[in-house]
Amino acid sequence: MSELVLPRPQTGIAHRRLRFLLWTFRGSPSTLLGLLLVTVFLVLAAIGPWLVPDPRDATGAMHLAQRLQPPSAAHWFGTDEMGDDIFTRVIIGTRTSLWVGLTITVIAMAIGVPLGIVAGYRGRMLRAVIMRVTDVFLAVPGLVLALAIVAALGPGTLHGVVALSLVWWPGYVRLIEAKALTLRSEPYVEAARTMGAGHWWILGRHILPNCISPLVVKASMDMGLAVLAVASLGFIGLGAKPPAPEWGAMISVARSYMPDQWWYSFFPGLFIFLTVLGFSLLGDGLRDILDPRSARG
Amino acid sequence: MLTYLLRRLGLLGIMLAGLVVITFVVSNVAPSDPAALAAGPDATRDMIATIRHEYGLDQPLPQQFLRYVGDLARLRLGRSIQTGDQVSDDLARYFPATLELVLLSMAFSVIVGVPLGMLAAVRRNRPFDHIVRMLAVSGVALPAFWAALLLQLLFSVRLGWLPTSGQLSVITPPPPAVTGMVMVDALLSGQWAVFVEALQYAILPAFVLALPSLAAIVRVNRAEMIEVLSSDYVTAARAHGVSPFRVIGWLALKNAMLPTLAMIGLRFGWTLGSTVLVETVFDWPGIGLYAVNSAMASDFKPVMGVTLLIGITFMLTNLLIDLAYGWLDPRTRTA
Repeated sequence: MSELVLPRPQTGIAHRRLRFLLWTFRGSPSTLLGLLLVTVFLVLAAIGPWLVPDPRDATGAMHLAQRLQPPSAAHWFGTDEMGDDIFTRVIIGTRTSLWVGLTITVIAMAIGVPLGIVAGYRGRMLRAVIMRVTDVFLAVPGLVLALAIVAALGPGTLHGVVALSLVWWPGYVRLIEAKALTLRSEPYVEAARTMGAGHWWILGRHILPNCISPLVVKASMDMGLAVLAVASLGFIGLGAKPPAPEWGAMISVARSYMPDQWWYSFFPGLFIFLTVLGFSLLGDGLRDILDPRSARG
Repeated sequence: MLTYLLRRLGLLGIMLAGLVVITFVVSNVAPSDPAALAAGPDATRDMIATIRHEYGLDQPLPQQFLRYVGDLARLRLGRSIQTGDQVSDDLARYFPATLELVLLSMAFSVIVGVPLGMLAAVRRNRPFDHIVRMLAVSGVALPAFWAALLLQLLFSVRLGWLPTSGQLSVITPPPPAVTGMVMVDALLSGQWAVFVEALQYAILPAFVLALPSLAAIVRVNRAEMIEVLSSDYVTAARAHGVSPFRVIGWLALKNAMLPTLAMIGLRFGWTLGSTVLVETVFDWPGIGLYAVNSAMASDFKPVMGVTLLIGITFMLTNLLIDLAYGWLDPRTRTA
């Protein structure tokens, strides 16, 4: 039987998958909008400082002669109480927000995914312990627990990231545990086990690859929600400190100029909204594409 | 049902213990110097040393933990530096306002969200459905504090329809306190004018607070309705000539409501958490504003008190929802 050669259709499948993916994206305007928004913000984060008139406005330059001016041709988003260009500050703030959102999501995944796999795959005692701990963390609204942690550590962006990462991982444990639990008793996993495959082999070849789709979807949504959470801490006054160009902190200052200088809080908020919207729409669309069975819509 | 109840109560006990451990770690282990934190920002070195001894912070951690649990059991949450009162008294004073706001916003998101999700499911993939879905995604993405500021600008400053912030006008004497919830107390004492005024003050904050829950409820209800509407028993009912109104509004909705109910419980806790943002913008005298003001002043005990209170409220709500679930759908009792 040594001449039996298995066909290797890998490249053909990949090509078809890509075409299918493009086709699905075309059929879903909201996913396209999400993809567009995310792309725009990634580009802004990458080359923002080269796009703006004067990047020094983001680090506390002062032009008091032109403070609190409404949007105009010279200052598209108006100026703040220091006379800094709000357009500049908002664009440069993109990098901080995305970077912080990504850090929180990645740390949460790094904690949550291994725990979820252990809980779902190994089971019994360990599972009970991990899931109870997860439940406890899920039982306190994330923002409140994060507030408590930041209050203990002291305000600042770094502490905000630590706090939010610490409250963010339980969602991943839940997701991966449920997935691993169903995968564990799938026939092909049973078959691999019967053929003597080791735990690591099964985890690496069967469990993890099948967890990727829901993971990508959740990570995409969480990127947006983490950006929102960081901005919320900034707004409360426990995140980045002025003059750092953080969207939430900017709105926090802008509040005192509210009825008259509306542009000061409007544009940073719009950027938060569009970022979160982009990642949510993309995550939603990815779910429909990667996991068609769950797409009931 | 009894074993189910007992098992759920047992779980609640474990969760409560876990919550106590978390808050202990956050308040006694996480800070570099818990005594300095407890003493507040203006404390001298002697004061910190006194507090370290008085709070037993110079003792080993297990002993500190026992002491912490003992204090909690007697509802001794420490003293707020800002208000000078016991944190437990402050919480009792501020919690009704928050509860009133959260209940109002949850009522709003259910009353509006369930029919919207239902109609979107019935009109699936038509313009109405697309609009509702877009609104649902936007509701989650909208920063609550920003939406609050914009709505204030529009409805309070520009149009002058609603008051900007607070719970009642300063010149209106609050109704005699029974529940601590101004609207309920006004009704109890028959003061209609005060009730209407309090409602006007609550509309904007409750609406902003409701947006994410509204979005979540619409999504879940729509998805469930779509599934239920394509099930055999609905087709059978339709074939038997049961009116569409009865099929959709009663037969299908009844079953679609189960997951929606779970979502309502989940959102209740998150809404409680969001009050820290919304109460800040609207100057609403609840525990959210209390927590934020305390955190800003490095007044630590109140923040921990609020965390505990919200955690416990959330756990109890979920217990109630789980029990309702077990009662409505006996299959979940054994799960």
